Amino acid sequence: MKATLAIQRGMPGEAPRLESFEVAFEHGQSVLDGLRALRLQADPSLAFRFSCINANACKECMMLIDGKVDYACTVRLKEGVTALAPLPKKALIRDLVTEIAPPDERLWPRA
Amino acid sequence: MTAVANNDAVAPTHIETDVLVIGAGGAGMYAALEAAQAGASVVLADRSLIGRGGATVMAQMTVAAALGEQTPDHWEYHLSDTLAAGRGLCDVRLAALLCEDGPRRLREMDDWKVGWAREDGHIKQAQAPGHDRPRCAYVDFLSTGPAVSRTLRSQLNSANGIRRIGDLMIVDIALRDGEACGATALHLTTGQAVTLAAKAVVIATGGLTGLYRRNSASSNMGGDGYALALRAGAELIDMEFVQFFPIGHLAPRLVGMDPIMWDPFRYKLGGKLLNAEMREFEQDYATRDTRSDGRYVLTRDLATYAITREVEAGRGSPAGGAYLSFQHLPEADIRSAFGPVVDRLAANGIDLAKHPVEVAPIAHYHMGGVRTDTTLQTRVPGLYVSGEAVGGANGANRLSGNAITEALVFGAHAGRNAAQRALQSSSLWQPQAADPTLDLLRSAQKRDVPNLAAVVAELKALMADLVGPFRTEPKLRSAIQAIERLKTDIGEVPVSSAATFDPVLVDWLDLRNMLLVAQSVTVPALARTESRGAHQREDYPGLDENWGVNQIVALSNGKIELSRSAPVTGRAAA
Repeated sequence: MKATLAIQRGMPGEAPRLESFEVAFEHGQSVLDGLRALRLQADPSLAFRFSCINANACKECMMLIDGKVDYACTVRLKEGVTALAPLPKKALIRDLVTEIAPPDERLWPRA
Repeated sequence: MTAVANNDAVAPTHIETDVLVIGAGGAGMYAALEAAQAGASVVLADRSLIGRGGATVMAQMTVAAALGEQTPDHWEYHLSDTLAAGRGLCDVRLAALLCEDGPRRLREMDDWKVGWAREDGHIKQAQAPGHDRPRCAYVDFLSTGPAVSRTLRSQLNSANGIRRIGDLMIVDIALRDGEACGATALHLTTGQAVTLAAKAVVIATGGLTGLYRRNSASSNMGGDGYALALRAGAELIDMEFVQFFPIGHLAPRLVGMDPIMWDPFRYKLGGKLLNAEMREFEQDYATRDTRSDGRYVLTRDLATYAITREVEAGRGSPAGGAYLSFQHLPEADIRSAFGPVVDRLAANGIDLAKHPVEVAPIAHYHMGGVRTDTTLQTRVPGLYVSGEAVGGANGANRLSGNAITEALVFGAHAGRNAAQRALQSSSLWQPQAADPTLDLLRSAQKRDVPNLAAVVAELKALMADLVGPFRTEPKLRSAIQAIERLKTDIGEVPVSSAATFDPVLVDWLDLRNMLLVAQSVTVPALARTESRGAHQREDYPGLDENWGVNQIVALSNGKIELSRSAPVTGRAAA
């Protein structure tokens, strides 16, 4: 099976660009599995947050998936297009990475 | 302790503190709390979010301590089980510290409302393999690690004197005349270098299971702290002992759950391990070791051995492991033991009453680590270690339930001892201490190299295939060669791809650490020509009494240097 990930990329202040990648998957694999495979196969510079990979413990892989805020590690890959974008209400850092840390856990609290 | 955003691209941001704690998992958070309580100013840095990464948050299992709540107990009994599991290689002083101080830390967590499961008014303690009595506390349902993390995070929120900084990747320990004086870091979100002056530094970065293809820890557990310590001049000990958790989830694909979740199911419900012939096989392997005494429960190393052997004999499950079945149990029993977890499994298409799951060994924990004295200080003055990163307490095999105990106990001791040093000494910081690392970061360039994410995957695959639970000389030699080749592939100049949050630069810096740590595992694994605990050599089966020694890894002029040392068996100095 093949999934197409349509990913909103870019830095703050740039016009966001949409890049689509096709990734092969097996039944049951997560969107995060797809993103990790993309870095290996297509573009290692793609930025997204994750830590626990699988357990939904770290809560870092939150993003906009088909327009809905969700965790990439728990949403399954599907055939056809899945749209991925950074969280809309958090400051953009790059690609799918946003500033999600509480202010007092940042290097510069107001950055 | 102030950070000033710099407009000058050359000068890095500089932060000063008494104690720098690297890594904000269970051990790092506890170290920060204790150091602050002792009166030190603390910076708690993590490469991802505070209190979200590392191993503790992932642990769904149990915490061992001689609380004596379930049944009378004494920490000496816990110690004797810990030493037996370690098969002669434990540093008894560190193991005694772990066991003696464990109850105090679990009670402190209880006061902080972690929510240990209770029964008839007392903390409930379960029996786990290798323990002589019920000793393991937990938080229902499968929530031990998340509850411990949450509790420590909330303590941090109300503590004074701790500055938490996420997205800060420590690249090197800064040294002055051989003593630790701080660190140099990369701030991931801005791509800027940061220097940190500290009178004491605590490494709390966890283990190295991220070096393996299938593992149960967070993605950032690639052994950073070991590499930091080695390059700073510290020694590593028992690096060849990597614990594989025998029944890591294999199939069907399970998301939103910790892959090691099946152990508590087995403790509570007694699931059956079956081979492809649907036959229970644990008994076939139970007599290999006198400690298992033919009982149903195999310790982790024996269970790993049993499953791997069944697969090699062509009796594995379709995905290459064993079946774990709960089909003999009434559905109501499964529901009453695991409540909402049953629904999470259903969402993954798993119905335990109807079908077995497939399980296989998965890299879970690292017994080895940085060599310390009983104050948890390395041979580098000012450089301390806590949690899983400490080597020596667990010898050749860790007793189940000791990992979170060690995070709490060693976290507390390292934090307090680091604070004491910091409060008694003046800063050794000088800006030149950061220069080598700043030069390294500045030299990062966009250049044509193999896809580094793929190189990381290649390293994990070769560690799993060649330096996994069952080792041979040819496999280990070919691993050493492959690691050398990957070192040449990535070169000595960092690779970058973007100005901020650059995963390519992070991969390069990770590989710089991971390849060094992979060597530090493989070289002593090749030297140890026997099988003991988690280190199993197919070409040298059986324990060799002459090998009752610890192997020590150090770095000398950039090369791995191996030596031997008799285990510490006396407690006089503790």
